[in-house]
Amino acid sequence: METRSSSYLGGEYGLRSWFLTVDHKRIGIMYLLGVSFFFLLGGLFAVLVRLELLTPPGDLFQSETYNKLFTLHGIFMVFFFLLPSIPAVLGNFLLPLMIGAKDLAFPKINLLSWYIFMVGGLFTLYAMLAGGVDTGWTFYTPYSSTYANSHVIMAALGIFISGFSSILTGVNFIATIHKLRAPGLTWFRLPLFVWAHYATSLIMVLGTPVVAITILLVAVERLFHVGIFDPALGGDPVLFQHLFWFYSHPAVYIMILPAMGVMSEVIACFSRKRVFGYGFVAFSSLTIAVLGFLVWGHHMFVSGQSVYAGIVFSLLSFLVAIPSAVKVFNWTATLYRGSISFETPMMYALGFIGLFTIGGLTGIMLATLAVDVHVHDTYFVVAHFHFVMVGGVVMAYLGGLHFWWPKMFGRMYPELLARVASIIIFVGFNLTFLPQFVLGYLGMPRRYHVYPDEFQVLNVLSTAGASILGLGFLMTAAYLPWSLKYGKKAGANPFDAVGLEWDTPSPPPAHNFDTPPVVTHEAYERKEEELVHV
Amino acid sequence: MFENFSLWPEQASSVAGEVDALYGFLLGLSVFFSLGIVAALVLFSIRYRRQPGRAPSRIEGSLPLELLWTGIPLVIVLFVFAWGTKLFLKTQVLPVDAMPFQVTGKQWMWKIRHPTGQSEINTLHVPAGREIALSMISEDVIHSFFIPAFRLKKDVLPGMYTSLWFTPTEPGTYHLFCAEYCGTKHSEMVGEVVVLDPSEYQTWLEGRPAEKDPVAAGALLFQNLRCDTCHNTTSGARGPDLAGRFGGEVATQDGQKLRFDERYVRESILEPAKRLSAGFQPLMPSYQGQVSESDIMNLTAYLKSLAKQGAN
Repeated sequence: METRSSSYLGGEYGLRSWFLTVDHKRIGIMYLLGVSFFFLLGGLFAVLVRLELLTPPGDLFQSETYNKLFTLHGIFMVFFFLLPSIPAVLGNFLLPLMIGAKDLAFPKINLLSWYIFMVGGLFTLYAMLAGGVDTGWTFYTPYSSTYANSHVIMAALGIFISGFSSILTGVNFIATIHKLRAPGLTWFRLPLFVWAHYATSLIMVLGTPVVAITILLVAVERLFHVGIFDPALGGDPVLFQHLFWFYSHPAVYIMILPAMGVMSEVIACFSRKRVFGYGFVAFSSLTIAVLGFLVWGHHMFVSGQSVYAGIVFSLLSFLVAIPSAVKVFNWTATLYRGSISFETPMMYALGFIGLFTIGGLTGIMLATLAVDVHVHDTYFVVAHFHFVMVGGVVMAYLGGLHFWWPKMFGRMYPELLARVASIIIFVGFNLTFLPQFVLGYLGMPRRYHVYPDEFQVLNVLSTAGASILGLGFLMTAAYLPWSLKYGKKAGANPFDAVGLEWDTPSPPPAHNFDTPPVVTHEAYERKEEELVHV
Repeated sequence: MFENFSLWPEQASSVAGEVDALYGFLLGLSVFFSLGIVAALVLFSIRYRRQPGRAPSRIEGSLPLELLWTGIPLVIVLFVFAWGTKLFLKTQVLPVDAMPFQVTGKQWMWKIRHPTGQSEINTLHVPAGREIALSMISEDVIHSFFIPAFRLKKDVLPGMYTSLWFTPTEPGTYHLFCAEYCGTKHSEMVGEVVVLDPSEYQTWLEGRPAEKDPVAAGALLFQNLRCDTCHNTTSGARGPDLAGRFGGEVATQDGQKLRFDERYVRESILEPAKRLSAGFQPLMPSYQGQVSESDIMNLTAYLKSLAKQGAN
């Protein structure tokens, strides 16, 4: 059965067969290449930013250049890596497999999403090559709409375009999960990865149009001087922040919810148990998706918005912390009386729980009005969102990538090397971002090219950590491609995991299942005799 | 590199200690929960590592546990919310008799005007122990006035006044940062806040070049810009008489009731026709481009002083 020609990677080889494919698995691989490129680019900018910050004066770059570096780091990482990473790569590849379908509901639209994403990326790349953009990834007005002298329109257009890719992917996932589940696969038998992607898709569909409109309005004001955000033209600068964060806060959950989905799968597999409190974990994703739309004002406690608005947004932000905490407790409880092993994906999963906990708890501090007034727009915030975005999303993405790598390519990565890399990444990450919490409370503002001498020690620590973190990423970027050719052949289910995707050969055939599967058991359910390991 | 190195910022305002207490509490809470989770992870990882012959237990979940770990965090965050909000409100409600300072932000400098008229750039001298209120506006993009030692910041917006107040407690020199990214030299839009003993502050003021205080400067502008040709006490004047009006209510042409405050004064100078006082014709020209933000603040100070005289 595992003949080469039957695999989705086999059959046609030519570029044409890839660029015109409607196979969700091939499209997932194409996304993998795309987002890896943008991650590399975003990472390069991060390296340059950290190098500049080794010393207090601005000695490596001009201020204009430095401002473009952190802006491009933010834009590429947020819009072209973090947002699409897990849903577009792992989600695309796995959703149909996990629910026993041949493909997504709209395979051609799926391919279209990829093209739209790449075109958006190319626009932003053009903005970078033409001289860059210096507004910060947040594009605050009226700086972005009137004062900035960089390529704001091109960069914004790139983000605007790639937003449609996100919307189409969301629609596609929702339709797929509703309509293409295998017989017997009821909603409460779905893997939690699928639940998380369902919640994510809702945000993609409902939220992304708002940021698209907002960005369009900035372009309109910049090009035609229509007063929308610039008070000199009769606009309101704070209105931009409301519109921007109305999307961009939920966008955080577009990134973290799929990561949480990966976590549930990995922890269930390597502790050989069902996820503790399945229903609570599933519904906490939906709760987060809904509440996530109601907390945007917590980015604006010192923006001049009304004091009462601040109080309401503070309260709602505290509430959104609860479902996240529930997930952490349930994952931890899943380990209880399990049969735990520590392969690379599990290393990342354990790292995730620790780092995400710190990310979440510092989020509580930021939701606290009187504390946020002090640490808003300082390195404390930078550290907080990197704990969630890197400590959370990137850890889960890497964990998931290792977990499903043998499924995607039929080869194992070198296990020892991968475990070492995961530890290096964990250590490097903490050394990079823990000092930034201290820096932030001391008062170092973010986006500072030049800073007072007394902040140097902590900045040096942070840069040292970043070099360790970078080493871990480079190792991963080396051994994963290496394993494609030289890795040990993986069987259908190398980790002894439960789930429909593991019932197919690795790599799966083009149409996923020879006979449509029928599901008769709950998620993560194992037969009694499989449980004892000899 | 290690000069002035510290892990905790100085406390130099009346609220700094309270913010630190709340932050310290949250820090303790975070350490407690992080260590708890990590301890559980480590314990379970060792105790339940895969061993030959031992099967994992079948555990589906537990409703009491779910309720417990939803309920306890909920109670804790509500407590933190209440604490944080109470302290926040204290920092947001302006005291009535605070010393009024004017702050104008522009790329990339801070312009400060003292209540007695002295001005300075990128440095703010204030007397210790007094309530200080900053009325702030930007001439271009959004900035943010941030004094870490005071644990306070507030965005400074174009086209809209924001305010920040504090009571400095410790004489000394502290960082003043722009915290909202504002373009190329954002990181050089920095300065110092110098807290002096009240007597030293007086001496410092006297050593500065004499300038008209905002009220006098505003009175002069009021004449020079010919405001008084329409805004005067003669009956049948073309504009409303402005004496004693500040702080009260305005009835507009379209039946709205507004507060006659800084915001309304600024708007009426720049866009007079937008919210016209009831009973008057839209005759006043816009002064957009003819007056600076500090001119407007001076005019406002003058109108405010008229209000006080009226009240006496």
